Amino acid sequence: MEIVKLFNALPGACAQGFIWGIMAIGVYITYKVLDLADLTVDGTMATGGAVCILMMLNGHSVFVALLVAFLAGMLAGLVTGILHTAMGIPAILAGILTQLGLYSINLRIMEGKANQAISVDKYNLLISLRWVKGVPFYKNAIFTAVLFIMVIIAILYWFFGTELGCSIRATGSNPHMSRAQGINTNLCKIIGLMLSNGIVALSSGLCAQYQGFSDVNAGRGAIVIGLAAVIIGQVVFGKIRGNFAFKLLAVSFGAVIYYMVLQVVLWLGLESNDLKLFSAIIVAVFLAIPYLKGKYFAKPVKKGGASRA
Amino acid sequence: MLKIEEIWKTFNPGTVNEKTALSGLTLELKEGDFVTVIGGNGAGKSTMLNAVAGVWKVDEGKIFIDGVNVTGLAEHKRAAYLGRVFQDPMTGTAANMQIQENLALALRRGKLRGLRIGITREEREEYQEKLKILELGLEDRMTSKVGLLSGGQRQALTLLMATLKKPKLLLLDEHTAALDPKTAAKVLEATDRIVGKDNLTTLMITHNMKDAIIHGNRLIMMHGGRIIYDVSGDEKKKLKVADLLAKFEQASGGEFANDRMMLT
Ligand SMILES: Nc1ncnc2c1ncn2[C@@H]1O[C@H](COP(=O)(O)OP(=O)(O)OP(=O)(O)O)[C@@H](O)[C@H]1O
Ligand SMILES: [Mg+2]
Repeated sequence: MEIVKLFNALPGACAQGFIWGIMAIGVYITYKVLDLADLTVDGTMATGGAVCILMMLNGHSVFVALLVAFLAGMLAGLVTGILHTAMGIPAILAGILTQLGLYSINLRIMEGKANQAISVDKYNLLISLRWVKGVPFYKNAIFTAVLFIMVIIAILYWFFGTELGCSIRATGSNPHMSRAQGINTNLCKIIGLMLSNGIVALSSGLCAQYQGFSDVNAGRGAIVIGLAAVIIGQVVFGKIRGNFAFKLLAVSFGAVIYYMVLQVVLWLGLESNDLKLFSAIIVAVFLAIPYLKGKYFAKPVKKGGASRA
Repeated sequence: MLKIEEIWKTFNPGTVNEKTALSGLTLELKEGDFVTVIGGNGAGKSTMLNAVAGVWKVDEGKIFIDGVNVTGLAEHKRAAYLGRVFQDPMTGTAANMQIQENLALALRRGKLRGLRIGITREEREEYQEKLKILELGLEDRMTSKVGLLSGGQRQALTLLMATLKKPKLLLLDEHTAALDPKTAAKVLEATDRIVGKDNLTTLMITHNMKDAIIHGNRLIMMHGGRIIYDVSGDEKKKLKVADLLAKFEQASGGEFANDRMMLT
């Protein structure tokens, strides 16, 4: 258990954390803004990478590849959105159906293989695990990932301040009121799901480049990691009052903390095969805490509830 | 302004819970009518407002608002014509959005929502002025989350939101029932002021017979999913609570008016 080993692993964990931070921002949009648990992301977290790597292997530039990955993610979100709103399937089930279907589609995209490698030496990648140390800062994987996060947060901050963005937030907050105010809540849910899955697929595209291959199983349990990041961000930075952009930033740092902690428990001797169980337990505990707190350590309610004037 | 023609609505048809909540209801409102609606529990009052608002489709019959046939229109599309306040103070506002953001959502009712900014500076000043009318001090808390407000404050805000963009029809479903008497009186006062100022066509459900007599220019009583008593003008002004109770007893076949209707 040499501490040097841990320190050597941390920058990589940090870069990976920021890449997954993008994914977590996508999860935040559905889980927190729209108040929907969307499991499509377990599929889109593989789709984005598959599309991105295959596009690049077929000679497209990395930017085109990422754009198409983003659009593919949006398409997956659209499918879940339609299943949920137009077909009346509960959101969780709609997400599971899309995710399952995506597994076959992802294999098709990757020409029937479970993974597809891309060489950092032969292709112009944006980000790679080889560029974590000893490269100019602008090439550094952490720098690239943070740059993406900043741009995405800026765009989302603008978007959720627009009329359309506000109606999506209202839909998540109170669908009944939203319809009474003339908001098409079904449309808002679809747009939110598309945006979320587009961002997740973008993250997936970066993730695949970072690792040097796309993998049909890349998204297994992604929702749990995304939720972990959202919750950790909330727990760690929740005391600080900040605007929407700050909250998104907190979520992405939540992902970084998550990957740092994983690195530490690996260093402490946990087997990597056990990581999924570890993640599931962590998320379950954090999801349960607010409920248990309210149940067993109930303080007088200050707001909300069945308030009477 | 509003024309309801023979509408029928049966919930859970073909099951043990089958319930015909509206049975051939017909009602016409002239522009500027302020109609109070009374009736026992389950009379179909809320169902009538929900039918007008398009929460679900009616089984039969037609609904016109200002001459437009809205019978097949989705809820969010009809909202362009309507202002609504609900019984539960939680229903009418988005709790985790700011007061000013809620108002901004209401101002855009009936408009296409695109990528323009969700709330402009001029709007904010306008909201500040409008909030003053409520006399609740909300004008100083424009950026507070609505979830922090009391039930009465939320109802007053919902009322303001419902009327911010002048609706063709204002639907109030027992909007003061969840409030304590003092706050309820205040919100009713604000209602009168706002309805009077813009001469809004209004349907107001209430369980308080006195309020039903004092407010508005017309009163209707519902029973079994239809209107059984309709009175307006001087005749309405002269009404006594006892008259209404007698009417109600007669309609419900001797069975006495329920407790909630007895209040005051
Ligand atoms: N969504 C629904 N599903 C099933 N039944 C319903 C629904 N809405 C109303 N009903 C039934 O329709 C009948 C009329 O209900 P409604 O809510 O219109 O009564 P109301 O006159 O508003 O009574 P209250 O004074 O209790 O509010 C009731 O028997 C009610 O149980
Ligand atoms: Mg009712």
